[in-house]
Amino acid sequence: MTLLVGILRVLAALGLMLANGVVLIYMLRKVLGRLHLRLGPTELGPAGMFQTTADVLKLLTKEDPTPTHVDKVLYFIAPAIVFVPSLAAYAALPFSSTWTIANLDLGLLYTFAILSLVPLGVVAAGWSSFNKWSLIGAMRAVASQVSYEVPMLLAALPPVMIAGSLNMGDIARAQDGFVWFWLPCLPAFLLFIMAGLIEVNQTPFDMSEADSELVAGYATEYSSMKFGLLFLAEFSNTFIFAALLVTLFLGGWNLPLIPDEILFGIGAPVIFLIKTYLVIFVFMWIRGTLPRVRIDQLLAFGWKVLLPLSLAWVMVTAVGVKLWPVLLGGVR
Amino acid sequence: MSDPRSIVSHAGWLTTEPPAEPVTLPASLKRAPSGVNELMTEHLVVNMGPQHPSTHGVLRVLLELDGEEVITGEAVVGYLHRGIEKLAEHRRYNAVGTLMDRGDYVTGIMNELAFALAAEKVAEIEVPRRADWLRVLLSELNRLASHLVWYGTMGLDAGAMGQFLYAVRDRENLLDILEDVTGQRMMFNYVRPGGVVNDITRTAEVKIHRFLKTIDRYLDEHDELLGGNEIFQGRMRGVGVISKEMAVAFGLTGANLRASGLSFDVRRDRPYSAYEEMKFDIPVAEEGDCYARYLVRMAEMRQSVRIIRQCIDGLPEGDFTAKVPKILRPPAGEAYAAVESARGELGVYLVSDGTENPYRMRYRPPALFALQAGEALLPGVMLADAVVILGSLDFVLGEIDR
Repeated sequence: MTLLVGILRVLAALGLMLANGVVLIYMLRKVLGRLHLRLGPTELGPAGMFQTTADVLKLLTKEDPTPTHVDKVLYFIAPAIVFVPSLAAYAALPFSSTWTIANLDLGLLYTFAILSLVPLGVVAAGWSSFNKWSLIGAMRAVASQVSYEVPMLLAALPPVMIAGSLNMGDIARAQDGFVWFWLPCLPAFLLFIMAGLIEVNQTPFDMSEADSELVAGYATEYSSMKFGLLFLAEFSNTFIFAALLVTLFLGGWNLPLIPDEILFGIGAPVIFLIKTYLVIFVFMWIRGTLPRVRIDQLLAFGWKVLLPLSLAWVMVTAVGVKLWPVLLGGVR
Repeated sequence: MSDPRSIVSHAGWLTTEPPAEPVTLPASLKRAPSGVNELMTEHLVVNMGPQHPSTHGVLRVLLELDGEEVITGEAVVGYLHRGIEKLAEHRRYNAVGTLMDRGDYVTGIMNELAFALAAEKVAEIEVPRRADWLRVLLSELNRLASHLVWYGTMGLDAGAMGQFLYAVRDRENLLDILEDVTGQRMMFNYVRPGGVVNDITRTAEVKIHRFLKTIDRYLDEHDELLGGNEIFQGRMRGVGVISKEMAVAFGLTGANLRASGLSFDVRRDRPYSAYEEMKFDIPVAEEGDCYARYLVRMAEMRQSVRIIRQCIDGLPEGDFTAKVPKILRPPAGEAYAAVESARGELGVYLVSDGTENPYRMRYRPPALFALQAGEALLPGVMLADAVVILGSLDFVLGEIDR
C-alpha cells in the first residue's frame, strides 16, 4: 500500500512536470509573441493551443543522430542527469497545507541540494558533445552557477530564520496572517530573483546557451527527444524556481486578509499555481526585453556585490529575529 | 584578414605577388596574450561562422580563444562573392544598378546612386532638380531602414530579442514606402543614369506623411528600449575603442569614423544630388567605443527624418529624369563618384571606353574597411565582446565580398 502511494506520488510529480512543460512552452510563445508585436502560434487548435503537442510529437518522432566522436556514455546520460533532479525537485513543493508530494522537514535544503545537480548534467552534455561551443557553454554554466548558488542559498536564509523551519509548508504557513516575507526580506527577495534567473539560465543571464555567442551552448549537438529532455528540464526548473519564490517570499498559497482555514480544499493549490505562473510571466517579460550581461560582469557582480550583500542581510535578519520579541514586549 | 584569393579569384591570379604586409597597429592595440603558462592549457581555435547566428551573413571569423578571451581573430571573407565588378563590364549602363543593389543589399538606393553619379560624370548628363530631390528622399528613407536593421541586429548581438521586432516594424513601413515608389522592397533598380525610373506616387506621399507622424515617437521608444538599458550600456561602453589615428589608418568612414571624433560626411563635405540644399547636422561622438557608434547612428536616424521632412515638403516640380538615350554610350573617360551610404563613403570608379558597357567598374565598399578595423580590435577582448564589436561596426557581407 505504501509502495503504491509512493508510485502514485512519483507519477503525480511526472504528470505535473510534463503538464507544466506543455503549458509553459505555449505560454512562452504567446507571451514572447505579444511582447514582440507578433501573434505567436495561431494555427493548431483554438488560439494555437495544440502547437506544443505537435512539437512534442515532432521531437519524439524525429531521427536522433549521434554525432561522431562524442563520448557516447556521457552524451546519452547527460539529458537524464539534467532531467531527473528537475523532476525530483517537485517533491517538496507545498501546493497547500496538505498538498505536497512529500512533506519533508528539510524540504528547502533537499530542493536546493537536488537542483545543484543540474549543472553537473550541463557540464556532462557540454563536455561529451565534442563541440567547442558546447564546451564553452558548459564552462560558463559551471562558473555562473557555482558563483550564484551561494548567494541564492544565503538569500533563502532570512525567510527560513523568520519562519524557524526548513519545511516549505511551515515557511508558507508562517506568512499566513503575517506580512509576506518579501517585505521584511526585500534585499534577499531581489537577490533571490537574480540568482534564480541565473540558476534557470534565463536572459539576462543565459550564459550557457547565449545564442548570439555560442550558437546554442551546451545543447548545440543535441536533437530530437534528447534535446527535448534538456528543454523540458529547463522549463521545469523555471517552474520550481518560481514556486520557491512564491513559497519563500510571496506567501505560498495564502492570500492577504483571508485566513488559511477558508482556503481549504482545491482553492489553495490554485492560488499557488496562479502566483507561480505570474512569477513565470515576469521572467518571460524579462526574457523578451533585456540584453545579456557579459560573463565576467556577471561573475564580478556575484562575488563582489551579491555575496557580501546577502551575507550582510543574513546578519541583519538574525539580529532582527532576536530583537523582534523584545521589541514587541517593549510595546506591550 | 586572410588572403581571400583562394575563394574569389581564378587560379591564374594566384601567381601574382602576395599583398604587402598589413599596417602595423598602434601599440595600444597589441595586448600581450595571457595564456599558455605553467598550467598545461591549450588555446581553443573556433570557427565563428560562416553559419554562426551573429556574423551578419556569411562572415567566418577564425578565433583563437584562451578560455573566454580572444587571442587572435582572423576574418575570412569571400563566401558571398559574385563578381559584381566583373559582371558590370558586361552590362549596359542602365542595367548595372541591378548589380549594385546586390552589393550592399540593405542600402540598394545609395549603391545605385553611386554608380549613377559616376556614369553621369562620364557621360556629362545634367540631372533634373526633381530627380536629385527624389534621390535624396529615397536615399534617406533607405538609410533609415538600414540603420534600423543595424539597431535590431545590434541588440540581438547583445542578447536582447524584443527590440529587433520593434525595429522591423518601422522598417516594414519604410519598405512599404520604397515598394510603392520603386516597385521592389529591396532590389530596387530605381536610380538610373540621368535620373530615376518613375516619379513618386501619390500613395507613397501619403504613406511618407503617415510614417513621419509616428517615427519620432518610435525612435524615442528605440532609444529607451535599448540605449537606456543599463545592461546594454555596460556591454557597449569602453568596448572596441577606435582612436582617431586608428580610424584614419584603417580608412574608416561613415558613422564608425564619426564615433571616433572626426566629423566627415560625404553629404556635407563633397555634396552630391540635392544635399547642398538640405539642412542637417552631422552627429559626432568622441569616445570611439561601441556605445559611441550606437549614439551616432541613433542620432543620424533623427537627422535622416529631418532630411526626409525637408524633401517631402519642398519637392520641386519638373522632370524625374533627363533625356538619356536608351543605349548610353558615354565618351571615353573616367570618373569617381562617392555617396555617403549608411555605412560610410561608398565610391564608384568608372572607366568608359566609349562603348555601351563600362570598361571597368570599381566599387569601394566602406564595410570592408570597418571589418578590417574590427578584426584589429579582436585581440584581448572577451568572446562576447567580439560579437558586440563586430556588430557595432555595421558591415554587410554582400558589400565586402561583392
